[in-house]
Amino acid sequence: MIKKDVGEGSKTLLTISRVLCYIALIFITVLCLFSFYILIVNSTRAHADIMKGFSFLPGKFFSKNLTALLTDKNIPVVRALGNSLFISSCVALFTTYFSAMTAFGIHVYDFKFKKIAFSFIMLVMMVPTQVSALGFIQLVTKMGMMDSFYPLIFPSVAAPIVFFYMKQYMESVLPHEIVEAARIDGSNEFRTFNTVVLPIIKPALAVQAIFSFVSSWNNYFIPALIINSKAKKTIPILIAQLRSADYMKFDLGKVYIMICVAIVPLLIVFVILSKYIIRGVTLGSVKG
Amino acid sequence: MGQQASTKTKKKSVSYARWGYIFIAPFFLVYTIFQLIPLISTFYNSFFENYRVGLSQVGPTFIGFANYIEIFTNNDIPTYAFNTLLIWMMGFIPQILIALLLAAWFTSFRLKLKGLAFFKTVIYMPNLIMAAAFSMLFFALFSDAGPVNMILTSMNIIKEPFRFLTSIGATRSLIASMNFLMWFGNTTILLMAGIMGIDQALFEAAQIDGAKPLQMFMKVTLPLLMPILVYVMITAMIGGIQMFDVPQILTNGDGTPDRTSMTLIMYLNKHLASRNYGMAGAVSVILTIVTVALSVLVYKMLIRQYKPATIKTDKNGNEIKRRLQK
Repeated sequence: MIKKDVGEGSKTLLTISRVLCYIALIFITVLCLFSFYILIVNSTRAHADIMKGFSFLPGKFFSKNLTALLTDKNIPVVRALGNSLFISSCVALFTTYFSAMTAFGIHVYDFKFKKIAFSFIMLVMMVPTQVSALGFIQLVTKMGMMDSFYPLIFPSVAAPIVFFYMKQYMESVLPHEIVEAARIDGSNEFRTFNTVVLPIIKPALAVQAIFSFVSSWNNYFIPALIINSKAKKTIPILIAQLRSADYMKFDLGKVYIMICVAIVPLLIVFVILSKYIIRGVTLGSVKG
Repeated sequence: MGQQASTKTKKKSVSYARWGYIFIAPFFLVYTIFQLIPLISTFYNSFFENYRVGLSQVGPTFIGFANYIEIFTNNDIPTYAFNTLLIWMMGFIPQILIALLLAAWFTSFRLKLKGLAFFKTVIYMPNLIMAAAFSMLFFALFSDAGPVNMILTSMNIIKEPFRFLTSIGATRSLIASMNFLMWFGNTTILLMAGIMGIDQALFEAAQIDGAKPLQMFMKVTLPLLMPILVYVMITAMIGGIQMFDVPQILTNGDGTPDRTSMTLIMYLNKHLASRNYGMAGAVSVILTIVTVALSVLVYKMLIRQYKPATIKTDKNGNEIKRRLQK
C-alpha cells in the first residue's frame, strides 16, 4: 500500500516537472523565434505603418518592399546575392575536397613527417584568421588581388577544423584494406581517392559542405577589408553599409526586407536539412 | 633473387610514402602562403612605425617595442580586453547553464519529453544566421522608435521610449544576449552528445543506490561531462576573443557609448581600416599569444582523448596475444 502511494506521488511529481519543462521550452522557443517573427511581419509593411506602431499581423506591402529593394541602385542586392553564392559555393567545394584529400594522405600513408604534419595542423586549428589579417592584406596587395574574389576563395583549401573532422570520420569508416583492394585492381592512388574514397565519406562531405558554405556566406571581417567596388560586394558588406548610412532616412520596409534576404534563404535550407546538420554538429567534436 | 625482391618492395613502399606527401601538399602550400607567411609578416610589422595621416605616409621605420609600450600605456588594450571579457561572460554564463539544463532534460529517460527534433531545430537555428544581419535586426528592433519600444510603451511598461544604444548596460546586454541566442543551441547539442556517451550502467547503479535525479546529475553526469565542458569553455573563449560582427554592426564600429562596447578585434579592425599597420601588428601579436595559450589547452585535450586507429588494432592484437598465453 505504502509503496503504491509513493508511486502515485512520484507520478504526479513527474507530470508536474514535465509540464514545467514544456513551459520553459515553449518560452525558449518564443525567445528564439520572436525577433524573426517581427522581421517577417515588418518586411510586409509599409514604412509609414512601421513608424506608426507595431502590429502582430503581417501587412500587404511585401512585394512593394521587395521591388523597392531590387530597384535601389545604391544597394545592389541581386549582384551581392550572386557574389555571395559564388564565393560560398567555391569555398564549400575547395574546403571539403582538399580537407578530405589531406585527411586521406595522413590516414592512409606512412611517411617520415606524418606525425609532425598532423600535430602541426592540430596546433594551428584554433588560431583565428583575424590575427594574420594584416599580413594577409599586405600579401594580397602585393599579389595585385585586392578587390577580387581570389583571396576569399583560395585560402579555404587549408581548413584545419574540417581536416580534423574528415580524419575522424575516415578512421571510423575507411579501413586500409579498401585502398589496398583498389591498388590490386590496378587503380592509381589519385583515382582511388576520387572514385572509391569520396563516395564512402559522402555524409561527412555533405555536412562539411553545408557548414563551410554557411560560414563563408556569413563571413564579414575579411571580405570587408578586401572588397571595395560596388559590383563585388557580398551580402554582409551590404548589411553593414545599411547600418553605417543614416538609418533614419531609410525606408524601414526596405531595411527589414534586406535583412530578410540575408537570413531567410539559409533558414529555409536549414529547416529542410536540420536533421543532418544537427547530427553533424556532434560528430566533429570531442567524444565525451 | 631475395635481395631483388626486397629492394622491389622497398621501392614500392617509398613510392607510396611519396603519395602521402602529394596528398597533403595543397594544404601545406596554401596554409604557408595565406596564413603562415602573413602571420610572420604581421609580427614583423609590429616593430615598425607605419601609419597614414591623411594622404601622407609615415614610416615604415624600425622602432622596436614602442608600439607595444604605447598600447599598454594609453590603456587601450586593457580597456578593450575588459569589454570583450565582460560581454563574453555576460553571454557565456547563461549559455552554459541553460545548455546544461536543456541537455539534461533532453536526455532524461525519466521525463521522456516529446518534440525533441522540433526544439533542437529551433534552438540551433540562430547559430546559422549571419551575425551581421542578426545584429542589424536587433539594431532595428531596439532603436528609439523600434518595435520593442513601441510594444513597451503601448503596454504602459515605460512612458518614454528607452534609448537602448545610449546606455552602457543595455548595449552590452544586447550584444551578450545575441551571442547567447546564437550559441546556446550549439552548446546544448554538444553536451547532449556528451551525456548520451556516458555508460547507462552508471545511472542504473546510482538509481539502485537510491540517488535522486538532482544527485544523479551532480554526482554522476557532471563529473563525467567535465572533459567536454572544458572543451566547450575553451573553444567558446577563443570564439569570444574573436567577437566582432555583432558589436561592429550594432554600434557602427564605434563601440558606443564611449567605447564601452569596443572589442579587441574591433580595435584591430579600426587600425587595419585606417592603415595603421604598426599598431595593428602589435595588437595581432598580443591576440595571437592569448589564443595560442588557449589553443594549447584544447590541443592537449584533443590529443589525450584521440586514439588513432593503428594503436587500437595494436592494442587488440596485444590483448589477443595475452589471452592466448593464458
